[in-house]
Amino acid sequence: MSALLEVSGVSVSFDGFKALNNLSFNIGSQELRAVIGPNGAGKTTFMDVVTGKARPDEGRISWGEPPVSLLGTSESKIAVAGIGRKFQRPTVFEDQSVADNLVMALKKPRAPWAVLFFKPGRADWDRVAELAEEIGLADALERKSGELSHGQKQWLEIGMLLAQEPRLLLVDEPAAGMTAAEREKTTELLTEAAKTRAVVVVEHDMEFVRRLNCKVTVLHEGSVLAEGSIDHVTKNDRVIEVYLGR
Amino acid sequence: MADMTATLPGQRRRPFVMRYPSVLVFLICLSLFSVGATILSEGFGIGIISTSFIKTLGKTLCLCLVALAMDLVWGYCGILSLGHMAFFGLGGYAIGMWLMYERTRLIVAENLALGPLPPTPQELSDGIATQIFGVVGASEFPPIWAFAHSLPLQLLAVVLVPGLLALVFGWLAFRSRVTGVYLSILTQAMTLALSLYLFQNDSGLRGNNGLSGLQNLPGLDDVGQDALSVYFLWASAFALGGGYVLATWIVSGKFGSVLRGIRDDEARVRFLGYPVEGFKLFVFSLSAVIAGIAGALYYPQAGIINPAELAPIASIYLAVWVAIGGRGRLYGAVIGAAFVSLLSTWFTGGQAPDVVIGPLRIQWVDWWTVLLGLSFVGVTLFAPKGISGIVDWIAERRAPDRHGKDLGPAPGSLREQEGQE
Amino acid sequence: MALNFRGLCVLAFCLIAAPALPQNSEAPVQQLLQEHGEIIAKGSRKSIGPAIDALAASGLPAAQVVLQRWQAKEMWRNKDSGLFVFGEKDGKELRASDVSNGAEIGTFEAKGFKQLKPNSGVRGMIGAALVQFQLSDPNPEKRLVALRAIERDPEASHLVALRGAIAGEEDPDLLASKERLERLLTIRFGETDEERITAIAAFDGDLGVDVRAALNPLVRTRIEVAESLPDDAGIAGTVAVDGETLTRDNAYALLVEADLAPPTVQKSDIAAALVANIENGAVAGIEVASLDNDAARALAYAELAKREIVPPAATEAEIDAALATYVFFERFIGAPPAVAEAALAALKDIEAKVALNQAADLALDAVSLASIYFLAAIGLAITFGVMGVINMAHGEFIMMGAYSGYVVQLFVPDHTLSLLIALPTAFAVTFAGGVAMERLVIRWLYHRPLETLLATFGISIALQQIAKNIFGTQARPLTAPDWLDGSLAFNDVVSISYIRIAIFVLALLFLALFLFVMNRTRLGLEVRAVTQNPRMAASMGINPDRINMLTFGFGSGIAGIAGVAIGLYAKVTSEMGQDYIVQSFMTVVVGGVGNIWGALLGASMVGTLQKGIEWLNPSNTLAAQTYMILFIILFIQFRPRGIIALKGRAAEA
Repeated sequence: MSALLEVSGVSVSFDGFKALNNLSFNIGSQELRAVIGPNGAGKTTFMDVVTGKARPDEGRISWGEPPVSLLGTSESKIAVAGIGRKFQRPTVFEDQSVADNLVMALKKPRAPWAVLFFKPGRADWDRVAELAEEIGLADALERKSGELSHGQKQWLEIGMLLAQEPRLLLVDEPAAGMTAAEREKTTELLTEAAKTRAVVVVEHDMEFVRRLNCKVTVLHEGSVLAEGSIDHVTKNDRVIEVYLGR
Repeated sequence: MADMTATLPGQRRRPFVMRYPSVLVFLICLSLFSVGATILSEGFGIGIISTSFIKTLGKTLCLCLVALAMDLVWGYCGILSLGHMAFFGLGGYAIGMWLMYERTRLIVAENLALGPLPPTPQELSDGIATQIFGVVGASEFPPIWAFAHSLPLQLLAVVLVPGLLALVFGWLAFRSRVTGVYLSILTQAMTLALSLYLFQNDSGLRGNNGLSGLQNLPGLDDVGQDALSVYFLWASAFALGGGYVLATWIVSGKFGSVLRGIRDDEARVRFLGYPVEGFKLFVFSLSAVIAGIAGALYYPQAGIINPAELAPIASIYLAVWVAIGGRGRLYGAVIGAAFVSLLSTWFTGGQAPDVVIGPLRIQWVDWWTVLLGLSFVGVTLFAPKGISGIVDWIAERRAPDRHGKDLGPAPGSLREQEGQE
Repeated sequence: MALNFRGLCVLAFCLIAAPALPQNSEAPVQQLLQEHGEIIAKGSRKSIGPAIDALAASGLPAAQVVLQRWQAKEMWRNKDSGLFVFGEKDGKELRASDVSNGAEIGTFEAKGFKQLKPNSGVRGMIGAALVQFQLSDPNPEKRLVALRAIERDPEASHLVALRGAIAGEEDPDLLASKERLERLLTIRFGETDEERITAIAAFDGDLGVDVRAALNPLVRTRIEVAESLPDDAGIAGTVAVDGETLTRDNAYALLVEADLAPPTVQKSDIAAALVANIENGAVAGIEVASLDNDAARALAYAELAKREIVPPAATEAEIDAALATYVFFERFIGAPPAVAEAALAALKDIEAKVALNQAADLALDAVSLASIYFLAAIGLAITFGVMGVINMAHGEFIMMGAYSGYVVQLFVPDHTLSLLIALPTAFAVTFAGGVAMERLVIRWLYHRPLETLLATFGISIALQQIAKNIFGTQARPLTAPDWLDGSLAFNDVVSISYIRIAIFVLALLFLALFLFVMNRTRLGLEVRAVTQNPRMAASMGINPDRINMLTFGFGSGIAGIAGVAIGLYAKVTSEMGQDYIVQSFMTVVVGGVGNIWGALLGASMVGTLQKGIEWLNPSNTLAAQTYMILFIILFIQFRPRGIIALKGRAAEA
């Protein structure tokens, strides 16, 4: 299986502090992957680098088939190329309705001129309704998204990601601050999504990761410490040392 | 669920005006206002309203239009431009150049025709240049007056000059991701630089004398100012109406969604794949063009334009109007501009009665600015929605819970973080 | 020498004989006067020279008094004996005294004497002669006054006098001044080329304005024209036609003046000629109505010329041909060629050195402007940089500080004392203002920068108008103490006023104070803690509200003190804050937010830039500001977060 995203030898430093240190990472086109690691391991910087928010000092990032380099590409172009990102804190446009949020995320031409003359057609509304159904917000389409609960906002954000139809989904701590039932639903959404695309979940919560039941990459001090199934990595001495301390 | 999907598209296919009833209300109000003013005017009606007040009303409509342009960038896109009056002024200068050139040409040609020989083009041009630039000690036309003889070209300049300036400035600023207060200060610097430049005598636009006599339309000497003022009132009203419909169309639909998204969380919109810079540039330039048109209609009614009109303070007042009216809604900007500028005219015109508190005698000419400044603080603190917040209050519509931040950035947005740096 | 010997003898004789003789007709001065008696009595400017010279050169101690009283029309001549006396007329009587020692002789009838009334020309000559005596006056102050008088209005005759006065000079400063002046006068009036050239060479590289003033007239040239370049000396060089110094029209005018070419006819002349020859609505058969362009008019004029009604006009081709035939050159007219060449070379050296020193002066100017910007911006660097609060009323705090200084000065007339009171008063007033503003407005708007901007702007216009209502629109003076008057001059080009030095020192003090407060005090520690993480700081017992309030007050207070400093060098008006607010923001933004060194660098850059642009285009300070702002807008492109930018997480936290 050829890799959808290939990150190799990437280093990033801020004022002398090496946030990423010679990091290499691969993911296939239909794969669910969990990335774990203690605070400061470089999880967020890793996502920043992939989505174009941070520029690596060295290393290569290639994407798709045939592989193209993502270095120096703007965030919006990377997003259009098919990488979607969900932030840790739910960031939806609270001033606007759920439907507006979803319509904005639909995979359509993004240029200002095209957007200005865009009129959502029947198919688009069907797609919006379908997504709303999927994330459990079918009843809330006309509500302002600011009125939603925390968990609903998380789902709306995932729904927006799905509407973008990305080939790679980067999800940052989706389960933070969720109730048990909400977690269940989130797990379902993610595993479902991973059937048609690559999904990378960055998580703190081991229990949640275990439930995802997928390959796990452990980051520490900006590079990969261990990779494998959850049981494999939790038995790794170095991982235990890093997580529990000496 | 099924009927939801069925009704949703239907709801959105209603006619434009039906979907946005405020447009209809606004256009009706504007028409009633214009018709009313015409009936009461000296030029075409019963003469209750003086010609100078008709001009004030016409100018107010232009100010409403530029406030609308300001609201488009600030209220919807989150760009607090403190340099929008620069575009307004440039529009005024562009039309003023033609008005002044053409009128001077007619006068000079008339004078030269009295001479024994018919004038050569050079003599005519020298005569006009001496007339116009005598005050700054020049007698030749600067290069920027190359198109002043042509009304169509200068009309094009009304649109192109502010538009291109906004495009270049915006491209530079947005490309380097200057946002928030930095951008505001940069726009302020832009208008300061422009006004300082225009203040020079060799700027080619008569330095601090500015352009004058703009109220006289060349070739329309027979038409009195009383009639001209009504024409301009109508022209301003049409421009305002057109601008309102255009702005409503832009901020509605998906484009509006993206704009508001940029206002609330620019980075998120970027990660959705939208070229944020392009959207900002489009709105900024469009708004500059609208401001330029407003200026081109304003200054023939004001009669004179000078570089002081482009000073940073003017642009800040514009922001004040929009904030007091209520930003983030188009009618709010219009109400704010009309309300504050008319009130300001009343107070500074010396018509307001003095207030006597014991030995203190408060003269509004002196104290109005103080009141305006403080009321601005009050509006920011206690009524962030401005005057148009009353509409909400009447409708008892509940605004979404935005953590107490009305129309500000959502929590976690970049602009909030900048505030903490 | 012989005269001197005789003089001594006579003096000795006089001392013994004085009481006995009513008037000493044998005194050397009297004798000298008698020698030139006729021309003195005639008093003609043309012939009087030898008499005055003889007096001045006599070395007689009485000669100076004689010259002075002669100049003051106080010298009379006895109509009978021809002897000269000093006289004071009193009615019809004349009180006479001896010319040699001033001893009173007695009172006589005035009609026996004739008053000498030198005309203004003669008085001038006497004055010049007197200079020599003044230059050798025992009182050094009088010598200095005489030197200054010569510097102001030098004449050829002064040169000899000055040379005579150098030898006896004891005061080293005066001696240097005299020698310098002697050389300057030699440059202008020296008799031989050699001595003038030597004098010029002595000034090589001297920056004095007087040197340039003396040299410049020597290198004056006049443009002349000839068929070929004359090979005599005194030609400064050829001049290209249509260059910087000689326009085509002027060149042709020179040819016309030298009768080398026929005159041209100006367009206005053509028009006048045509108007004069209108007959029946036509000129030379050409319809007047068609004469609305230059070509048609030239044609009509040519037609008139053909009929010999008007002189023919030189065509463009003829003008070009004439200009090509002759050579235009510059001839030195200020001095002989050798002297002029030497002066030119010396001037060139001097100008190179002046340019260097001007650069140094410019650097000083830039530093002082930078320190003003730094002072204005430092308060802003605290409120905007450290707290993230954008305070548009910052300029008004500067204004409030300046007005506090002005008010203090109204009550305390002593400028030094009032300045000492004004600084803490301004700090107190603006500190209180800042604290009040923070408590009432800013506190409610934290993390809403745009709203803060607008609210503080509202305060800004209110404060400005209040100041206008209280103090009026005219500028109020804030007078600096006497010891800050004047300037420190390194030479004639490089100088800096003491006020600017004081502002520079003040800026350094504030930098030190800021660093001390932020890095060495509890307050600074708490401020940094609150800046970085308010919640964490609060949980450790720091009251963030109090810290924010104090920080804001501190920043505003510094703005107030800056206001006093700025008020000393600029006028205090209600709008003075506006002059600094944009520059202050630029300083902070360019330097990098949240960093005092950034503010320092930003101020240096903005100041240097502004002075640099002003130097390139000195006539126009408005343009300088325009270009500076444009430059800053471009600069932001490359360093959006300023010179000293925070990176990584620190920038986003």
